Amino acid sequence: MQLIVFIVATLMVLVGAVGVIVRKHPVHAALSLILTLFGIAVHFVALEANFLAAVQVIVYAGAIVVLFLFVIMLLGVDASEDLRTDPITAQRPLGAIVAVAILALVGTSIIVSRGILKVTAAGKAVKAANNLRDLARSIFSDYVFAFELTSVLLVIAVVGTVLLARKLPKPEPAVKS
Amino acid sequence: MNAVMIAIIEPQPIWYLMLSALLFSIGAFGVLVRRNPLIMFMCIELMLNAVNLSFVAFSRIWGDIGGQSTVFFVLVVAAAEVVVGLGIIVSILRRKPGATADDISLMKG
Repeated sequence: MQLIVFIVATLMVLVGAVGVIVRKHPVHAALSLILTLFGIAVHFVALEANFLAAVQVIVYAGAIVVLFLFVIMLLGVDASEDLRTDPITAQRPLGAIVAVAILALVGTSIIVSRGILKVTAAGKAVKAANNLRDLARSIFSDYVFAFELTSVLLVIAVVGTVLLARKLPKPEPAVKS
Repeated sequence: MNAVMIAIIEPQPIWYLMLSALLFSIGAFGVLVRRNPLIMFMCIELMLNAVNLSFVAFSRIWGDIGGQSTVFFVLVVAAAEVVVGLGIIVSILRRKPGATADDISLMKG
């Protein structure tokens, strides 16, 4: 049963990810991104991170993708790019080489250390029902300073965006005396 | 027989880590290849999600809730990043409609 859930969620993640990078239209790419984010949320549930799965759906698939769609609508939906031509010579083969190199590097390091990457006894003892309590205790005791700093970060982000998106008022014409 | 096999096999954490590596490289490929700034941004979100998945997998392996706390902070920073990034993209594309990443490679307006 868990295997079937894993396979279905992995297919969602991979199909969505490929959809983001091959779809020409930004709206289709954003909808593919939702598919990927839901797949990740299913994986979170399978890994017994229930609270993060809920936050993933609400914040990512809800707020962030809606923000993307809102900006796409604001800027006009006809801004699809021509995917048949390569603007820079050999950009795509080089990009593919870099991506495969990253995958090979990370994958090799995972496979080499596969002996210690098994669920330990401490990992098996964690109960999913206590997930929210454990997470709250961790955030509000060990990481409470970082948590307070994130509020500062969010305020800075909001103020910065208001400044960026504001249309500057036209300078007043100089009054002739 | 097959049904029994499917019922018994449990996904190992290493599978999640491999999926996370694959998702990260797909996102990196997208950032390197696509030119629409919005889609490059979505590919960055893919990479962030790949890292989040590996954090949660490690948290499951070691039974340490700290990995999930880190994912929480990554979510907050990603939200701030999206807000600022989309603000920049809107103000660029308002000035030059239909601009791609190649058109805005200069550091002056």
